[in-house]
Amino acid sequence: MFIKEKERMCLAVPMEVLEIKGKEGDFLDPHRAVVKAQGTKVEVRLDIVDRPPEKGDYVIVHAGFAIHTLSKQEAKKSLELFEDMVKNV
Amino acid sequence: MSNKTKPFQDKKHVDTLAKAIKALVSRPLKLMEVCGTHTMAIFRHGIRSLLPDGLELVSGPGCPVCVTSQDDLDRIMKLASVKEVVIATFGDLIRVPGSSGTLAQARAQGANVEIVYSPADALGLAKKMPQKQVVFLAVGFETTAPTVAATIMQAKAMDIENFSVYSCHKLMPPALDALFQDEDLGIDGLLCPGHVSSIIGSVAYEPLCKKYKMPCVIAGFEPVDILLGIYHLLLQIKDSSPQVVNAYQRAVPYNGNPNALSVMMQVFCEKDAIWRGLGKIEKSGLGIKDAFGHFDAGKRFPFSVLSRPEPKGCLCGDIIRARANPPDCPLFATKCTPVTPIGPCMVSSEGTCSAYYRYGRHENR
Repeated sequence: MFIKEKERMCLAVPMEVLEIKGKEGDFLDPHRAVVKAQGTKVEVRLDIVDRPPEKGDYVIVHAGFAIHTLSKQEAKKSLELFEDMVKNV
Repeated sequence: MSNKTKPFQDKKHVDTLAKAIKALVSRPLKLMEVCGTHTMAIFRHGIRSLLPDGLELVSGPGCPVCVTSQDDLDRIMKLASVKEVVIATFGDLIRVPGSSGTLAQARAQGANVEIVYSPADALGLAKKMPQKQVVFLAVGFETTAPTVAATIMQAKAMDIENFSVYSCHKLMPPALDALFQDEDLGIDGLLCPGHVSSIIGSVAYEPLCKKYKMPCVIAGFEPVDILLGIYHLLLQIKDSSPQVVNAYQRAVPYNGNPNALSVMMQVFCEKDAIWRGLGKIEKSGLGIKDAFGHFDAGKRFPFSVLSRPEPKGCLCGDIIRARANPPDCPLFATKCTPVTPIGPCMVSSEGTCSAYYRYGRHENR
């Protein structure tokens, strides 16, 4: 109603990394990733991510910073684990 | 991207889980979700309509704006009244009433208030406006604090003099500990926050689970995620075997995100903090370390405020402690609405009252 999507604190959907820019530890040209988000491209910072992503990986983003990286294989594996959990219900 | 979320929204899975959940509820049970994004997702997906009578979901202190104390709000209003100050804030905070109005009202009267999506954008504002003092209002838990810490480190490295941060950051485990000490709480299980857990890891809930024999499940935000989380809580309750289960493995490693925690603790130190509804909790907040003291807006603008009571009749404090639901509040949907909010739970997009108003007003539960 009054709240725009971008004002929400957490965006839960992993976003695909299209390009890596900048350098780790360089604050003038900070390490960041260009990600695909709801049809547009945005840049997110990589300062606090658990593992630097590569092109093709997925990241979970919070307030403009990536917080978690998932490779395609990891995404697939976690999906299988999830399906297993549901099947075991 | 839609195929990435499909299994988490699969109707077949939803039906299976809803049936399994019904079979596990044989007495009244109360589960708490402690993440504002969960509160919203539960309403948006209509999860309550899938649950059997006797299974109640209540919201905990997981909406960062809602737990911000009246004193902090009043200090923020004072900061906004300083002529050279530009307030940079997440959108949620601008309509929360302090004792003397909201930031939105202050802006209408000439104060400089800018909405930003990221703390890095606030630093960008400071670079663009060297003649102004940009103050970022830092609210949020373990997920947001590292993003602010990284921004403060950048400000220091780039020698940006006109940037500072007013830290209202809070830590989740100490608040849960304080909440669980209330013997009347009557919570049977805890749906742990998703992205706070990405940072602190599932390991962070083990002491709480052990101390209070509290079933804990970390869940994601899609319908199947949430139902799976509820199902695992009910299983633990049935077997009387409290443990920490991670049902959100695609985002939450056991040890969390050590890099983010390290960045956070380079800039911040634990301090006592006041939570709306819960009062003062030891070591439950984050203050800026002396090494970065130059960027501490609390030091740069050392205002004192008179402690004032929270708004009369407002039950936000009780709602945050799961002692009341929004419809129990005499102001809910009468004097207090999203257009004219009285308490913070009605303002924030993650607030329980706001979610009830938008989605749940016509439900009986």
